[in-house]
Amino acid sequence: MLKIEDLHVSIGEREVLRGIDLHIKEGETFILFGPNGSGKTSLLMTLMGFSGYAVTSGRITFRGQDITRMPMFERARLGIGMSFQRPPTIHGLKTRHLVQMCARGRDIDPEALAAKVNFVDFLERDINAGFSGGEIKRSELLQLMAQKPGLVLFDEPESGVDLENMQLIGKVVRRLLDGEVEPLPGLSMKAQKGKVRTSGLIITHTGYILDYINADRGQVLYQGHLCCEARPRDILEHIRSYGYQECIKCLNEPSGLQPLEITRTAS
Amino acid sequence: MKDVNLGNFSFTGIERGEISDLRTLDASDKHRILYAGVDLNACDGSAVFMHMDQSTVHCKSHDPGLELLDFNVAMKRYGDLPEYAWKLVDRDKDEFTRNVAENTHGGYFIRTRPGAKIEKPVQSCLFLKADGAGQNVHNIVVVEEGSELHIMTGCSTAHSATKAAHLGITEYYVKRGGKLTFTMVHNWGENATVRPRSVGVVEEGGVFQSNYVLLNPVGTLQMYPAIHLNGRGAVARFNSIIVTPEGSHVDSGNRVIMNAPDTRCEIISRTITTGGVNIARGHIAGHAVPCRGHLECKGLILGGGQMLAIPELDATVEGVDLSHEAAVGKIAQDEIEYLMARGMDEAEATSTIVRGFLNVDIMGLDGPLAQAIQEQVEQIDAGAM
Repeated sequence: MLKIEDLHVSIGEREVLRGIDLHIKEGETFILFGPNGSGKTSLLMTLMGFSGYAVTSGRITFRGQDITRMPMFERARLGIGMSFQRPPTIHGLKTRHLVQMCARGRDIDPEALAAKVNFVDFLERDINAGFSGGEIKRSELLQLMAQKPGLVLFDEPESGVDLENMQLIGKVVRRLLDGEVEPLPGLSMKAQKGKVRTSGLIITHTGYILDYINADRGQVLYQGHLCCEARPRDILEHIRSYGYQECIKCLNEPSGLQPLEITRTAS
Repeated sequence: MKDVNLGNFSFTGIERGEISDLRTLDASDKHRILYAGVDLNACDGSAVFMHMDQSTVHCKSHDPGLELLDFNVAMKRYGDLPEYAWKLVDRDKDEFTRNVAENTHGGYFIRTRPGAKIEKPVQSCLFLKADGAGQNVHNIVVVEEGSELHIMTGCSTAHSATKAAHLGITEYYVKRGGKLTFTMVHNWGENATVRPRSVGVVEEGGVFQSNYVLLNPVGTLQMYPAIHLNGRGAVARFNSIIVTPEGSHVDSGNRVIMNAPDTRCEIISRTITTGGVNIARGHIAGHAVPCRGHLECKGLILGGGQMLAIPELDATVEGVDLSHEAAVGKIAQDEIEYLMARGMDEAEATSTIVRGFLNVDIMGLDGPLAQAIQEQVEQIDAGAM
C-alpha cells in the first residue's frame, strides 16, 4: 500500500530524514516511536505533501503510484488521510460543512458520524474554534470517517487528551482501522472484516494508544533514521525501561540498523 | 474620497412609466436585480417597490399592517411629513443632500401599524437603466411601537458598464419596542457613483439590524450610515460584507451613537480587496451608562489594492464599555493546506476560506438571495487566483 524508499527530506538547510525505508501493507497498522525532534512528524508531513518538506532524494509509492511530487489534494483523493495535531481555526467554516466536503460527494450522514465521536453539538461550530485537545481529536476523527482514507496518518492520537476522551478516541481509531463490523444477515463478520483494508501509520510518544488498537509492527525513528523493528508492545516496554539512549548505542554499532533483540528484556 | 462631478450626470428628463407587473422586465435587468438580492420573478413581498432612473414605477403594499407610498405622494398627502422628512439628515450637509432636496425623484415612505409584525420582507429595488442618469431618492421608514419589519433593498445598474449616479437619503425611525431589519445588496458597476446618506433613531427597547452586501465593482461609493440609540435598552447591529475589485473605490462605515442607558451595539465588517481601494470606517460613541459597544473590522488583501481601516471609539462618561478589533491579513497557508489534506484543490480551499471569512451565514439569508451571493463569492475567488 505504502512504500518508502531511501527517503531524504530537508526543511530549509536542515536534513530531517536521512534515508528512510518503510513498507506498510494493505490493512496493516504500523507504529512509529521516537523522541521529540527525531523526525516523526516530518515523515508524516512529507507523506501528506506539506510545503516546506523538501524531498531531496528517494521515493514514495502509494497504491502503486509514485506520489513523491504529487500535490497534497491528489494524495488525499488517492486515499491518504491525516489527523492533525494542531489544526488551524477557520472562521466561518462550520464543522458540518467541512465534514460534508471531506466526503467529496459521497452520501454521508454527518449527524450519525458525529454521534460516534460524541460531536453532534459541534457541527454548527466554526472548525477548531476554541476546541480543547480532546475536541480537536474527535473533530479530526470525524473528518477522517467522512473521508474514508485507505491509509490513515495519525500524529500522536493521545496528546492533550484526558483519560475519558482517550477511551473514546482509542475505540474510534480502532474502528477506523479495523472497519465497522456488526453482525449482518448474509455476510459473516469475518467476511465483512476481510473487506476492510485500512492501513495506519501512527506516531506515538507515550504508547497509550496501544491499549486500544492492534498494531502489527513498530519501529523507532531516531535522528532521522529508522531502527529497531519489533513488536510494538515490546518496543514500548523497552523504551519505558531504558529510554531512547539505547538507540544511540545501537545506531553507533555497525549492525545498528538491524532489529534489536529486545524480547528478552521485555519479559 | 474620490471627487464627484454631478455635472456629468443628467438629473432631469429620464422618467419612466408605471410597471404594474415587474415580471415583465427584461430578463437581463431581472438578473442584475437578482444579484442585488431581489427576485422579481417571485415578487412575493409584503410590499413591493421599484424606482427606475427618475421615477417610481411600482409601489404596492400587500399587507394591511403596512403602508407603502412613493415619497412625493407621501409628502403631498401628509403635509411634507413634518415629523420625518429631513429631520435626521441635514439637507445642507453636502452637495449630494442638496441635490436630492432640490429635486427629489421619488423613493419610498414605509410605515407599519403599531404592533404589526410584518412577516414577509418588503422588497425594494432602486434601478439605474439609462446611461448618464442621475437618481435622487429619499426614503423614510417608520416602524411604529411594538412593530416588526424587514426591508430587502437591492440597488443595481442595468449593466456593469452603465455610467450613473445614485444619491439616496434614508431616514429610519424605530419607535418604542419596534424592530427593523434592513438588508441592502448593491450591484453597481465600475462607472457608478453612489452617495447614500442615512441616519436612524431607535427609541426605548427598539432594535435596528442592518445587513449590507457589496460584492461587485463600483466606481466610487461613499457612505457612513449612523444610528442614534436614544431610548433605554435600544440595540443596533451592523453586518457588512464588502469586496473591492480593481477599479472600485469604496469608503464605507457605520456609526452608532449611544445616548441612553442599557444600550448596546455591534458593528462587524468583513472586507476583501482584490485590487481596489477599501476604506473601512467604524465609529461607536457612548454618552450614557451602562452601554456596551463592539466594533470588529477584518480585511483581506487578495492580489492587490489598499485597505484602510479606521475604527473610532468615543466615550464621554465614566463606565462605558467599548471595544474594537481591526485586522488586515492574508489567507494563511496552513488553512489552505488543512483543506487540501481533505482533498480540496487550492482554488476550492481558497474559496472555502473566503466564504467563511465573509461570514455570509451571519445574515441568515436564504433562498435565491443566498444563492446569488454564493455565486458571486465564487466569482471573486476566480478573479483573485
